[in-house]
Amino acid sequence: MDTKTIESFILEAIPDASLVRVEDVRGDGAHYTATIASPSFAGKTRVEQHRMVHAAVKEKIGDKIHALSIQTIVDGT
Amino acid sequence: MMQSAMFERIEKEIMANDVVLYMKGTAAFPKCNFSASVVQILSKLGIRFRDVNAMDDSELRRGLSDFANWPTLPQLYVKGEFIGGADIVREMYEAGELQALLEDRGVA
Repeated sequence: MDTKTIESFILEAIPDASLVRVEDVRGDGAHYTATIASPSFAGKTRVEQHRMVHAAVKEKIGDKIHALSIQTIVDGT
Repeated sequence: MMQSAMFERIEKEIMANDVVLYMKGTAAFPKCNFSASVVQILSKLGIRFRDVNAMDDSELRRGLSDFANWPTLPQLYVKGEFIGGADIVREMYEAGELQALLEDRGVA
């Protein structure tokens, strides 16, 4: 799956994100890392922040996406 | 197994053991890098934990996914509380937060 497509799913679910970067770390189209910064993460636990990202890519995980490593950043500005 | 019975099994397991890691493979032989990374961190901190291999048990995997509202393995529990998966555990470890949490819960 194209990294731009995954980025668009995340951006759709978290529209105020100031940063959405997805990388295909092994170049195999199955293992990705996602870095997302958003003010929407403020006041949420890491688990809650990651759940927001899971929800965005839900239908794809385990099917088209084998592994997705997530880093969320609270954008305070 | 009914979902309620599966939830009961998980609840029992995470209450009976201070630290439980649901993972792919075992602590001695992890079968995925994400699981291995959490084993490595817990071992580095000298934390004793119960490892549960959920890799070949699709019912348990589904149960865990619904129980924690978390789609993937590994899943780390401390004193019955879901702490997170591999990314969160690593982030917490690097920030010193995992050590603080374990101390706070009286398991470090």
